[in-house]
Amino acid sequence: MAEITTHTAEQTEAIGAGIASLLVAGDIVLLRGDLGAGKTTLVRGAARALGVEGPITSPTFTIANAYVGRIPVAHLDAWRLSDPDDEEIGLALEAIGDDGVAFIEWPDSIAAGLPEPRVSVDIGHGGGDARLLRLTGRDRGTDQSLGELVDHLRA
Amino acid sequence: MTDLVLAIETSCDETAAAVVDGRRILSSIVASQAELHSVYGGVVPEVAARHHLTTVNAVVDEALREAGVSLNDIARIAVTRRPGLIGALLVGVATAKALAYATGKDLVMVDHLHGHIAAVWLEPLALDAPFVALTASGGHTRIDLVEDYAAPQLLGQTLDDAAGEAIDKGARLLGIPYPGGPGLEQLAREGDSSAFDFPVGLRGRGPGLDFSYAGVKTALLYVVRDLGEEGTAARRADLAASYQEAIVRPLADRLLRAAEIHGMPAISIGGGVAANGRLRQLVEEGASARGLRVAIPDRSLCTDNAAMIGAAAAFTPAIPWPHYVGEDAIATAPPGGIAA
Repeated sequence: MAEITTHTAEQTEAIGAGIASLLVAGDIVLLRGDLGAGKTTLVRGAARALGVEGPITSPTFTIANAYVGRIPVAHLDAWRLSDPDDEEIGLALEAIGDDGVAFIEWPDSIAAGLPEPRVSVDIGHGGGDARLLRLTGRDRGTDQSLGELVDHLRA
Repeated sequence: MTDLVLAIETSCDETAAAVVDGRRILSSIVASQAELHSVYGGVVPEVAARHHLTTVNAVVDEALREAGVSLNDIARIAVTRRPGLIGALLVGVATAKALAYATGKDLVMVDHLHGHIAAVWLEPLALDAPFVALTASGGHTRIDLVEDYAAPQLLGQTLDDAAGEAIDKGARLLGIPYPGGPGLEQLAREGDSSAFDFPVGLRGRGPGLDFSYAGVKTALLYVVRDLGEEGTAARRADLAASYQEAIVRPLADRLLRAAEIHGMPAISIGGGVAANGRLRQLVEEGASARGLRVAIPDRSLCTDNAAMIGAAAAFTPAIPWPHYVGEDAIATAPPGGIAA
C-alpha cells in the first residue's frame, strides 16, 4: 500500500498516469471515494497516458464509456447499480476482454462479481483542494511499484 | 401523399413510440420509468431493460392507435441505435427489426443525440437549418452547428460531467429525490441565485465552447459540508438557486456565443435539461436581445421521446429490407459524437 496527498487535479492525473504504466491488458482498477473526490480526474490521467484523446467524461449516467488508446480502455461507474450480476458492467468488461484495461468507479455494489483488481484506489477529501490517495496493489510486486511511483511524484 | 414513420426509443428511462408524417407528429407515447427508478435513486439498467421489454409492444400499439393508422400504412420504421444503456437499447432495436422484417419495411437506425437536435424540425417549431443547437441531458452536454440536419457538427462539449448529471448529483446533496431536476428547479424559485458564488464552468479559461461541471459539484459539496446539516437546511432554496444558475447560465451563454461566432440566425435547445425553466428563460431573453430566432420545444419534446427519433429518421439513410437483420445496438457514441 502507498499513500500520497495531491493538491491539484493535475497531480491526481499524474497518479493516474503512473498507475496506467503498471497495467497490462486484462487488468482492472477500482476507485472509491466521495462525490467530487476526483475519481474521474484520476481515470483521465490514466487514459491520457494510455493514448486516449478527446474528453474523458463521467460515466455516471452512461454506466460504461469505452475509449481506444494504444489498448482499449473502459471507464465504468456502478454508482447506480445494485445487482452484482448486472449486465451493463458485464457486457462492457466482455467487450474489453483480455485486450484492454477497465477502471471502475463505485465498485462496491458489484465487487463480488468482479475479477481481482490490479490496483484499488481510495480517495478522500483532505480539506480545500487536497486529496488523500491510498493505493493498494494486488501483490507485493505491484505494491512496490506503487511505492516507487509515489516516491517519484513526491520528489 | 404521406410518408409515415413509426419510431421507437428505449435508450434509457423511457419506453417511447411515435408516428410522424414528415414534420407532423400524429402520436407520441411515452411510458416513463422515473417513478420506478426513484425507489433506487437512479436508473437501474436491468430493471430498465426488463420494463422496456414488458412495455414496448403496448406502447407501439398505442402510438398506432392514437395516430389512427395501422402498421400497413407505415412506410419505414425508425429506432434509436446508440448511445445508451445496452440492455435497454437492445429491446427497442430487436422490436423494430422484428416489426420491419415481418412487414417487409426498411429500417432507419438513428443516433439518439441526432434525435434531440432534430426535435425542432417538427411542427409547430419547424425550424429550418442553419442554426446552432444545444443538447443537454443526464449523459450529454454539447453544442452543434447545424448547417444541414443530416450532418450536425460538434462545436463544444463537456470535458467532465454532463449538465444533467451535475443537476442530479447536486440535488442529491440537497436531499432532493430522483429525478432531481424538477425538484431543484422548484426549490430554486424560492431562493436567491446570487446568494452563493459557485464557480461557473471554465470561467476565465478562454473563449471556448466547451463545458466543465465537475468543479461546481465539488464546490457545492464543500459548502454543504461547511454549513452543516442545520445550516444547509436553512439555506436550501438559496443553495438550489445559486447552483442551478451556475449550471444553466454557461449553457445559455455558450449557445449564444456559438451563434455569434458562426454568424447563425437561429438557436435551439434540447435534451432533458432543456425542460429547465430558468434555462428556457435565459435562452429566450438572450435570443430576443440579439434578434435571433429561437426554437424551444415543448417540454415533452425535450425529454426522451420517439417523435424526435422519427424526425432524425428523415435525415438518416434507411437500411433496405432485410439487410438490417445483423445490425446491433451500440452503447457508445462514435468519435465526434453523432452517427448520421
